[in-house]
Amino acid sequence: MADALIFDHVRTPRGRGRPDGALHEVPAIGLATQALQAVRDRNSLDTSAVDDVVLGCVSPVGEQGSCIGRVAALNAGYAESVAGLQLNRFCASGLEAVNNAAAQVLSGQSDLVVGGGVEAMSRIPISSDGGAWYGDPTVGWNTYFVPQGVGADLIATLAGFTRDDVDRYALESQRRAAVAQAEGRFNASLVPVKDVIGQVLLAEDEYPRPKTTLADLGALKPAFQSMGEDNGFDAVAQLRYPHVETIRHVHTAGNSSGIVDGAAAVLIGNARIGKKLGLKPRARIRAFTSIGSEPTIMLTGPALATRKVLKRAGMSLGDIDLFEVNEAFAAVVMRFMADTGVSHDKINVNGGAIALGHPLGATGAMILGTALDELERRGLGTALITLCVGAGMGTATIIERC
Amino acid sequence: MYQHLRYAVDADGIATLTLDVAGKPMNVLEPVFNAELAAAVEAAVADPAVKGLLITSGKAAFVAGADIKELVEAYDRGITPVEAAGWSQTLNRLFRRIETCGKPVAAAVNGLALGGGLEMALACHYRVLADDPKAVVGLPEVKIGLLPGAGGTQRVPRLIGVMAAAKLLTDGNPIAPAEAKKLGLVHELAPTAEVVARARAWLLGAPEAVAPWDKKGFRIPGGGNSLSPAVTQTMLGGTALIAKMTLRNYPAPQEILAAIYEGCAVPFDKGLQVESKHFGRLLAGPVSRNLMRTMFVNKGLVDKLSRRPADVAKWQVKKLGILGAGMMGAGIAHVSALAGMDVVLIDSTQASAEKGKAYSAKLLQKEVDRGRRKEESRDAVLARITPTTDYALLKGCELVIEAVFEDRNIKADVTAKTEAVLGRDAVFASNTSTLPITGLAKGSKRPANFIGVHFFSPVEKMPLVEIIKGKRTSTETVARALDYVGQLRKTPIVVNDSRGFFTSRVFGTYCAEGVRMLEEGITPALIENAGRMAGMPVGPLAVTDEVSIELSYKVQKQTAMDLGDKYEHSAAWPVVRHFVEDLQRLGRKSGGGFYDYPTDGSPKRLWAGLAQEYPPAAVQPPVGDLRERLLHIQALETARCVEEGVLESAMEGDLGSILGIGFPAWAGGALSYIDTVGIAQFVADCERLAKRHGKRFKPSKWLKERAARGEGFYPKPV
Repeated sequence: MADALIFDHVRTPRGRGRPDGALHEVPAIGLATQALQAVRDRNSLDTSAVDDVVLGCVSPVGEQGSCIGRVAALNAGYAESVAGLQLNRFCASGLEAVNNAAAQVLSGQSDLVVGGGVEAMSRIPISSDGGAWYGDPTVGWNTYFVPQGVGADLIATLAGFTRDDVDRYALESQRRAAVAQAEGRFNASLVPVKDVIGQVLLAEDEYPRPKTTLADLGALKPAFQSMGEDNGFDAVAQLRYPHVETIRHVHTAGNSSGIVDGAAAVLIGNARIGKKLGLKPRARIRAFTSIGSEPTIMLTGPALATRKVLKRAGMSLGDIDLFEVNEAFAAVVMRFMADTGVSHDKINVNGGAIALGHPLGATGAMILGTALDELERRGLGTALITLCVGAGMGTATIIERC
Repeated sequence: MYQHLRYAVDADGIATLTLDVAGKPMNVLEPVFNAELAAAVEAAVADPAVKGLLITSGKAAFVAGADIKELVEAYDRGITPVEAAGWSQTLNRLFRRIETCGKPVAAAVNGLALGGGLEMALACHYRVLADDPKAVVGLPEVKIGLLPGAGGTQRVPRLIGVMAAAKLLTDGNPIAPAEAKKLGLVHELAPTAEVVARARAWLLGAPEAVAPWDKKGFRIPGGGNSLSPAVTQTMLGGTALIAKMTLRNYPAPQEILAAIYEGCAVPFDKGLQVESKHFGRLLAGPVSRNLMRTMFVNKGLVDKLSRRPADVAKWQVKKLGILGAGMMGAGIAHVSALAGMDVVLIDSTQASAEKGKAYSAKLLQKEVDRGRRKEESRDAVLARITPTTDYALLKGCELVIEAVFEDRNIKADVTAKTEAVLGRDAVFASNTSTLPITGLAKGSKRPANFIGVHFFSPVEKMPLVEIIKGKRTSTETVARALDYVGQLRKTPIVVNDSRGFFTSRVFGTYCAEGVRMLEEGITPALIENAGRMAGMPVGPLAVTDEVSIELSYKVQKQTAMDLGDKYEHSAAWPVVRHFVEDLQRLGRKSGGGFYDYPTDGSPKRLWAGLAQEYPPAAVQPPVGDLRERLLHIQALETARCVEEGVLESAMEGDLGSILGIGFPAWAGGALSYIDTVGIAQFVADCERLAKRHGKRFKPSKWLKERAARGEGFYPKPV
């Protein structure tokens, strides 16, 4: 079986996902186009060698709809023979796109594939695509649907994480991201996003608040309390978790992932095509998997996916040098640490989505790139990237440097 | 030719169908009537002279809905969802025929139109509603565990939008005329005397005979399918709120949402089919049977004093005496004064008696403040309550209710003092909740006139009164006690004497079973949630705190003294004793019991020390197991009350359990619960539970034989 090698990866900076965000004037197609062009240009890539462009996108409707993988490839000026695909595994879509690209290569069905993702959340809000999961009353009923934030609060309640605990975690994410940004650790992979007359709209991540204090975080209102208590979702969660007396709503805008715009692209291929095109492999995709977990609490998949992918790869936690565990909510990563015993020193060493933002369809590909850059910077070998996923899933990928 | 409607065609070509079901005070939809309506519509359609149809009612109300008596037996007849859907399809076909008959149809809704009555009007092309507060409209089917199965789930959202319709149908509340007009349910309001003329005027204007949804290009206001954010919001939010309100014990609101969601995404006729299928699921299920049978049919009977001995002359209380102005006495005084009785409220000091009256003043003032009562009315009610210490004022009372401390000697003392001034025919009632009436009657010179009248707290809110017959209580006294409860417009049940009577006995098993679980290492939150999720209003630990752990302790001590060796302590005894004797945590009133009650206004929390006293077991049982124990133990105790003759009818057991102690209405009450589980299954469950948890679950020989015969607590319909 062929190796799936990572030759390169790029990402846009993450712009605040609001009308005053720097990337708001750029639609998803623009973000994806610029990422695809960047990965082509910095590798002097003959795009006719690319078999497929696989992009994750979680709300593929409106200007983000219609198989944005193919349309972005066309718009980026890729050869017309390059196919395109859009896929959706909720928050892990970007990682799933990488995994899908790797699978094509590993199975020998493709030689060179771009995996990545895009989400312009300031323009196409989360949940714009609806869905039977919560839109069809019978399905919402059967699956005990509650919004993710309530699930995150439930994780905190069950584990006994206090508001102070989760705020401290968030503060550390901000601190690490600030250090990484100040030291330019992201720069090698960042593609500045330009407007139609060539001016740079955004060159680095816009979301971090390096001056945040614990007091600032403590002053924020719980984001999911009203949803839980007034709108009935706490009751739904308790029907599934009847040993819970009351759900403690500890998550706020400050200790949850940020809503941002962004895109990422990862170039993956086999050794033969690399040699032919003069591409230097930086890492190899060692294993990947996805797993289902309890859908009401929804966000406990990362530890399960991690165990599963390690087992499939014949590895153990100790074999992994660095972890990226998507900071959907502070409690998700804290629960991951509690479940696996992995030290915070190895996890999200450059901060995560709490400080940097979580452009849903792109995040998985972005943090995979961040992990690879950091392995190189530290001279380490292996990283595991994992995300919690809507409807109760987890996706995980292990990379190792070549 | 018609028995239940009048049909007339006038010179202008208007065929008027005046609905007037023979022999009934209200028009209700039932097969014979429906057949006549169908025939009349066909006659009008076939008659070339008829230009339009006008439907109105010959009674004060328009149509009150379908005949529940026909529906309530469906489940017991073993109706399948397919057959039950057919019931809805029949009405849908009839109303759809009216709507698409080709001639304009106007409804002159001269009075109340509920359920199928409103649905009939909605199938007409034009609706004029009487502008009269009594002319409420609405679709209350959800309250009997059903959905509006005659087009309501399809026509309402198409008229007023999915979001407004979902609220209207899942609430099921009546809507006043002005609101109905504002929502768009009716086209026009008119004085009652003019509704027919207005409907006629519309028909004479040569209107279109087409419903909005039958016109090309029709769109549901706000969007009808899943691409509309309003639809998604409604379904997402509605599902969670319904789960919170029903804890998944009542299927109807969710089936209503599903019928709207699925039906509004497809053409109208398809939508009607979808509605009928969801209706079929509900009518073929036990919850609708339970709600209809207990909460409507049987409650209606009991409220009309169906248990009253017929040969006793009607009686009325004009002057009432109450002994003891504590919380119960004050509450009884309040509701009795509200019902127009003069009340003498006696306590040992004038100040305590005044305090009892002040309770009433406070409640009445609250109503005045909210604009729900006039000041004169408040003053008139208060003027009827005379607080005093003087027993001589009891002279002339038809009824005296004793609500003093639960102590035999005190009770005997006040009984004697009262009887010294009371007329020979007067009834003496005790509001005791624990002491057997026959024993208390020994302190009376007239035991035939002595009876138990057990109110629930808070009296002004709780609808049930449990009437307890002592061994020597006369039939006449029972009838009089019922007449008094009838004056209060509360729901009476009549039971025979027993320790704890019926309600307290059963309630005790609920508390004891929950408290017992603590000892087994079941986590307290799981116990509490199991109680609430079973449909009880409050968890067993919380409610034990409310009535006080100490009271439970004292009652058991007292009973043990009374009965000696024969007495078996409740399953909760070790925990209760530990809390009272060792921990001195006596309940809510004394500052804490199973819960802590923070003084800073934050909600009560389970006492953190519970985990030390009763360390949680490593493996916790599924909530369903606990729920089963909490409901089965109550139902089993209720069955024992039937066996012992404490209860004389199943409907009183059901109503008493729901209205007195909060047994879930979805189950139809504690005896309907056994029938819902199936008596054979119930007995098998109890035997299994007895093996696992102790002999308190052991079914009696009597119950086992009943199960073997397949004989539930209600007769099967013939």
